[in-house]
Order: sequence, then structure tokens, then C-alpha cells
Amino acid sequence: MQVASMHFKARAHANLYDERLQSKLKRLEAKFVAKRRASLHEVDDFEATREAGKGIRDRALDNLDVWLQLFERNATARGATVLFAETPADINALVLEIAAKHRVQKIIKSKSMVSEESALDHAIEAAGLTVVETDLGEYILQINNYEPPSHIIGPALHKSKEEVAELFHKTHGTPIKTGIEELCREARGVLRQHYLAADMGITGGNFFVAETGSVVLVTNEGNATLATTLPKVHIAISGIEKIVPTLEDVATLMRLLPRSATGQSISNYVDILTGTKGEGEFHGAEHMYFIVVDCGRTDVLASEVRAALRCIRCGACMNHCPVYQNVGGHSYGWVYPGPIGSILTPMYVGLDKAQDLPAASTMCNQCGVVCPVKIPLPDLQRKLREQAFERHLRPWYERMGHAAWSWMALRPAVYALGTRLAVNVLKAMGGRAGLIHRIPFAGGWTDGRDMPAPPGRTFRDQYRQMSRQPSRQQQGVRR
Amino acid sequence: MRVGLFVTCLVDLMRPSVGFAALRLLEAAGADVVVPPAQTCCGQPAYNSGDRKDARALAAKLVAEFEDCDFLVAPSGSCSGMIRTHYGDLFADDAAMTARVAALAAKTRELTDFLVHETKLDRVPGRFDGSVTYHDSCAGLREMGTKRQPRALLARVEGLELKEMADCETCCGFGGTFALKFGEISSRLADNKCAHIAATAADAVVLGDVGCMLNIEGRMRRLGNAKTQVLHVAEVLAGDRPASAGDPAA
Repeated sequence: MQVASMHFKARAHANLYDERLQSKLKRLEAKFVAKRRASLHEVDDFEATREAGKGIRDRALDNLDVWLQLFERNATARGATVLFAETPADINALVLEIAAKHRVQKIIKSKSMVSEESALDHAIEAAGLTVVETDLGEYILQINNYEPPSHIIGPALHKSKEEVAELFHKTHGTPIKTGIEELCREARGVLRQHYLAADMGITGGNFFVAETGSVVLVTNEGNATLATTLPKVHIAISGIEKIVPTLEDVATLMRLLPRSATGQSISNYVDILTGTKGEGEFHGAEHMYFIVVDCGRTDVLASEVRAALRCIRCGACMNHCPVYQNVGGHSYGWVYPGPIGSILTPMYVGLDKAQDLPAASTMCNQCGVVCPVKIPLPDLQRKLREQAFERHLRPWYERMGHAAWSWMALRPAVYALGTRLAVNVLKAMGGRAGLIHRIPFAGGWTDGRDMPAPPGRTFRDQYRQMSRQPSRQQQGVRR
Repeated sequence: MRVGLFVTCLVDLMRPSVGFAALRLLEAAGADVVVPPAQTCCGQPAYNSGDRKDARALAAKLVAEFEDCDFLVAPSGSCSGMIRTHYGDLFADDAAMTARVAALAAKTRELTDFLVHETKLDRVPGRFDGSVTYHDSCAGLREMGTKRQPRALLARVEGLELKEMADCETCCGFGGTFALKFGEISSRLADNKCAHIAATAADAVVLGDVGCMLNIEGRMRRLGNAKTQVLHVAEVLAGDRPASAGDPAA
């Protein structure tokens, strides 16, 4: 996908004043936050489960090469083919090779965020083949000229019912609908034809299970089930980090994933697919491929922000992020928005192209508190800020400001003098109302806010004077 | 009990009354308070802007100034959180400093937490005739576990009625230098906070961090609300009003 993360500020500005988007974002609370909160009580000890989830993910990452080899061996033993893609271009090339080998003309796809990284749909169409997205959200975006997703589990979250009705009317040539149920029925009717006509199904993969060579798919619409059982070829695409050692581990992670994502005890569908259709078996693809994707992940594994690879893509961090809740997913300018995107985007596309993302956080740590696998997201954002600082990516005036403050704060006498002057100036600027409307070089603050003016004498100066008064000393206050 | 008061730079410059209120409360609770005179900044602005070197230097300075005390108490969840949860990271490669930092971190407290758990403050000196709503600042809440402590103390203030607002745990948008670098987003977050405060019709919003106070009050005044007071929990508990306490020499 084209990277637009360098335009974060401009996009955030536009989205803050997009009233239709704002009304959709307001629903995050009811749609995700409240439901998640209510579902936690179903688990005896959610905190301990989070800790266990973190442990499982770390165990996988600590010996990733070993688990990947085990996965490859077990998947191959069940008749599947395991392929590795190092770059986004490799993903697309592998898919097209497989399609050519099996003379595929029509492909159906269930949701895969990894395939967004490589803009797979565009590559498929450029090769003259047909591809149809079957996740309702992804389908809506596809028929809207491949609009980018704005959320990792609700890609069309920003779209209103009316916009979808209009799109369906235009694309399907059907009378315009008003109810969500009618719209779903229409989508189901249209998509059903595509499932039956497709030669190949492409899915993502929530987990790759090393001990069995299986892929786990977590969905609510059942589209992944159809996409993996009706066509003769199935390709599952996911990152190397999605490996988990055992099915038992999947069970623990599944206690966390749907609850953290949508507040469901379990998603409507959980598919665990192992190997090709065997002799006498009724379900399954005749040919099964795994494309296991690197695309920057080994670099993350070797970096200070490695914990980001624990991510199980529930979306809780963005649902709970006050910045995401107000600027929406498109502001972030690439595949993964919100707090996790503020780590993954700079790591996968380059910090120089996305340095605003780790900076655009209040570090309130609401994301870290809700993360089901305990990724310390603000700490990772800070690590990337350190890299941006070391690489001199931040503007000179910001660096100067920080350097001047630290220099002064390390020299108490200079600090005392400097702050004494500063608070006097600020007091004068505040006038009678005690409010400063404009501060030079601090427009970021005063464009939207006043600055309450200080009283004009620092605590330090007042305290020193007070301590000299004998009455004060008798009360036992020391300097 | 020797308590080192870490005034914090924002209190020192922008709201000295908070420092005096904290001093008064600590003394009322029976603490022997020392105010190390060379103290400045905990280093959080440098740390969160990616400048580890300066952050380390400031942290080392602070550790040396406070390690003799039985407790370090700050009228701020953010600065006490910096010391308790982040100083360790700054010195991960320095065994001697790691031990000193761990020792200081273990005795670092946010003011209200200290008053509730480490002292027997029998009487809260403040009086407030009106209603207040409490905003849980992020670092206080999520790094220092400050939630019930300020409410327990406010409940003992004569005349005070607490009215909880919706989303009291949601960030006000301050975020240190975030408020400058992303002023527009920051202001929007403050808008949401101001709306929740207004919905309670409380006379004052009370909180425990001056950074968030400046942000909330700055946005509130810009939006034309000149009435709702924005007060630090220490000011309310001590009964000090910023106007009078701000300049006791006057």
C-alpha cells in the first residue's frame, strides 16, 4: 500500500473536521469499548490470562526459527506447501505463480491485512485475473475504488449505512436499500455467486500452529469458511510472527482475542485448517499453500521494539486510544493505524516516512492497559522517538528547545534566574485576566488554548523568603 | 519521618500554590519535610522526546538530591511516575545506579497516595463549599495507581460534594510536549474533557497534575468558560486558593 504517513498532521486536521467521520468514531465506545469491558468478567482471571498470552507469544518469538521449521515440516506432511516471502513484491509474485500453475481465473479473498501491505489485489488485477473481497467491510472498500481500510478488524468502520447503500445501488444496479439487514442480504446474494465461480481462495491467518501445521482463521461472517472450502486452491498469507507452538496455546489466545476485539466470548466462526482434502474427506481445498511473510518482521525481531510482534491484531489499542478515537484510522496513512500502527508502520516502511506516528501519542497508556498480550506500546513509541532523536529527524527548533531546557535544569543557579525572569514575563503577558492568548513559538499551544499565567514568583523564590522568617523555622520547616 | 518534597518544575513556575498546599498537608500529617533547594526537573520532557542522555543527567541529579529521604513525595502523578516507573530504564546498563534508582523508586509516592497510605492525617484542613468533579490524570492512574486516594481525601473536605464525570479516566490531551507538537489534536481531546466536566455542572474540576490543569483550563477559558475553577487536589485539601497562596509575601 502507498505510504501516506508523512501527511499525518494534515490528514488528522481534515478528519477532525469531517463531521460524518466524527459521528462514526463516536460509536467506537459502544461498539467496542463497552462490549470488551462487559466480556472480561466471563474469564475468572483476565489479568492472569493476559500474562499467559504474553508468555505464549514470547515463547514463540524467542525461538521463531525453530517453530517455523516445525510448522513447515508438519504442514508439508499434511500435503500443504509452505513458501516464504521476504518482500511485499515476493508475496504478489508467489500468489501469481500459484494462480498460473493451477490455471486460476477468479480469486475470492477473505480478510488479510498482510496482503494490504503488498497491495495484492492490484497485482492480481494487473495480471488480468479477477479478485473479489468477501469480508463485508473489505468488499465495501473494494467496490469504492479500493479505499484503504481505517481499522484492522472493522476496515469500513468509517463508512455510514447510507454511503454503503449508495455504493451497492451503484455497483449492483439494484434498488437503493435502507436497512442494514437488507444490505447484508444483498451482499450475501452477490458474494454467493462469486464463491461458486472462484478457482482459488486467499485468506489471512490469525495463527499458524507449529505442532499441527494448521492455520487458524477467526471471523464473524463465515466468509473464510466458504473461501477455503469451495475453491480447489487455498492460500493462507500471514506474518512469520503469527506462529504459535501448540493448539493448546491457541485455546488460551482465543480467550483473549475475541473479547479484546469485539467483546465476544468467541467469534461466530473459528476455522482450524490442516492440510489438503484427503481421501474420502468431504471438506477442504485440493491444493493448500502457506505464504509466510517477513516484510520487515525479522528486523523488528532484532530491534528494541520486538514486543510489537506479540500483537494478535485485536484492535483494542486503537479502540481505546484517545488520538485514534478523534482522528480516525486514515490519518495514520498505512495498513495499521492506532498505537500498534505507530510502531509497525515506521518499522515496516521507514521511520523517516512515519516519524509523526510514534510522536502523536499522549502516552496515556490506555492502549498498554488493554492490550491482551501486554505490549508496552508507549514504551515502544518512546524507543522510536529515541531513534528519531538520534537520527536528527525532528525539527531544529524542537531540538533546541529541549536542549536549552535540559541545559538550564542541570544548572540550578541558571535555572533559578531563568525561571524567575520567565515567570515575570509570562505574568505580564497574562494581563489582568491572567490568561495568555498568544505565545511566540508556542502556537501549537495557543492556537487552540489560552495559557493560564503564573503568579509571577516561583515556588523556589517564595519558599526561600518564607524559610528566612523565624516563625516558619519554628514550625520545623527546613530549607 | 523525613519527607523530601519534589515540587516539580511546572508547580515551581506555573502554580506555586500547589507546592505550598502540599507542604502544608505533609506537615499537617506529621512529616518532617525537606525541600532540596537545587531541585529542578525530573527529566521527563527529555525522556519522552527521545533524548536519553539529558534525561539520564537530570535523573542522576534528582536521585542524588532525594536518596537520603525516607520518602520522595510529589504533587504529581506524572513526575512521580517518571521516577518510579521509568528511571530504571534509563540506567539499565549501570549496576550501581540501578540499585540507587530502585531504592528511590521504592520510596517515591504521589501526594494523595502518601497521605492516605503512609500517614495518619486525622483532619483535612480544607473547606470547599460547592461541588467538584475529579479527573484521573493518566500517569497518576496508570503508573501510580492513584484512583481512590484523592477521592477518599476529598470526601473528608467539609462542604464538598463530588460529582463524577463520564470518561474521567480518559486523557485530557496534554501529554507533555504532545500538546505543542500536535496542538490541534490535543485541543480536541481537551474539548471532550471540557464537555464532560460541563455536563456535571460542578463548580470545579479537581486533579493531581499541573500539566493537565494548564491544558484543561487553557481550553476551557478559550471556549469562554470563565467560571469553572480548575484546582489541584492539594489546593482543595489544604484549603489554599491559588490567588492568596500564590504570593504569600504580598
